[in-house]
Amino acid sequence: MSAEIQITVNGESRNIPANTSITALLSTMNLKPEKVAIELNRRLVRTAQYETELKQGDKIEIVTFVGGG
Amino acid sequence: METFHIKNFAIRNRLFVGTGKYANYEIMQQALDASACQVVTVAVRRERLIDAAGRSLLDYLDLNRYTILPNTAGCFTAEDAVRISLLGRDLLEKQKNPGAGWVKLEVLGDKKTLLPDPVGTIEATRELVKEGFTVLAYTSDDPRAAVRIKEAGAAAVMPAGSPIGSGQGVLNPLNISLCMELLKENDANFPVIVDAGVGTASDVSIAMELGADGVLLNTGIAHAKDPVKMAHAMRHALEAGRLSYKAGRIPRKRYATASSPFTGVITYIPGE
Repeated sequence: MSAEIQITVNGESRNIPANTSITALLSTMNLKPEKVAIELNRRLVRTAQYETELKQGDKIEIVTFVGGG
Repeated sequence: METFHIKNFAIRNRLFVGTGKYANYEIMQQALDASACQVVTVAVRRERLIDAAGRSLLDYLDLNRYTILPNTAGCFTAEDAVRISLLGRDLLEKQKNPGAGWVKLEVLGDKKTLLPDPVGTIEATRELVKEGFTVLAYTSDDPRAAVRIKEAGAAAVMPAGSPIGSGQGVLNPLNISLCMELLKENDANFPVIVDAGVGTASDVSIAMELGADGVLLNTGIAHAKDPVKMAHAMRHALEAGRLSYKAGRIPRKRYATASSPFTGVITYIPGE
């Protein structure tokens, strides 16, 4: 079965295959897990939980450092 | 310069420099180098979803050299400041940077003035201390607000010289010196860092002469015509101000005091 689910990534709606993990999502976005920090539904997700599978309606924020004062 | 401590963080250079608003990363690198800073501030933002160049700030900061101080810029509520702090700490833990565990807390009131919201700052300080953070709290130059933030558990208080990026320098030296006095009462080593508003090198000296333990700035260097040259100037101004503070300035007097003696003069003196 290759059902799709809809999630929100950094404020943008995105369709992904069901059972996609955070690790897999990062990989499809060409992002290195060690260069980002992640929030799922407004809660910090630690690296050990990146195998968590995303669910329909999840809101994920992928952040990094930018210049600031 | 002598080392001071913010909780377990040993600070060898008292100039804290921001990484925002440089024309490009190469100029930022040169300016940071010229400033001789140890601590650099960064902001936490969304990873850009489409980024052809793929240039990331992390690739341009020598993480073995600099201690990264993540800020909560852009936060207007205590809750958001805690979220951003947790993300910043996680990201720094991944980099194995000593900055994992401290945060420059900003809880602002509105986008136009960027003035700190004292109530939100106090709430966020309490929460972050519970989460184990070493909190460096940005605040206005109000001495009583500064004391409340210290009481909430901040490891350092950072009163503003003037609004962020305004380049107006230390607008109220009296308030800044009262912040020093009240925050350091029976606690001489409590760190106070003047943050925001620096426009030029003399502003840094003034802050240090008032007894600040350090100065945090960004725009004053990043938007100078020659950021690298200004970074040099800021570095020397900080050292001059610190030395001057430690040396102890003379009191201001209403009238002149001659440096050459009047004893033995052979010349005409008015009124004598």
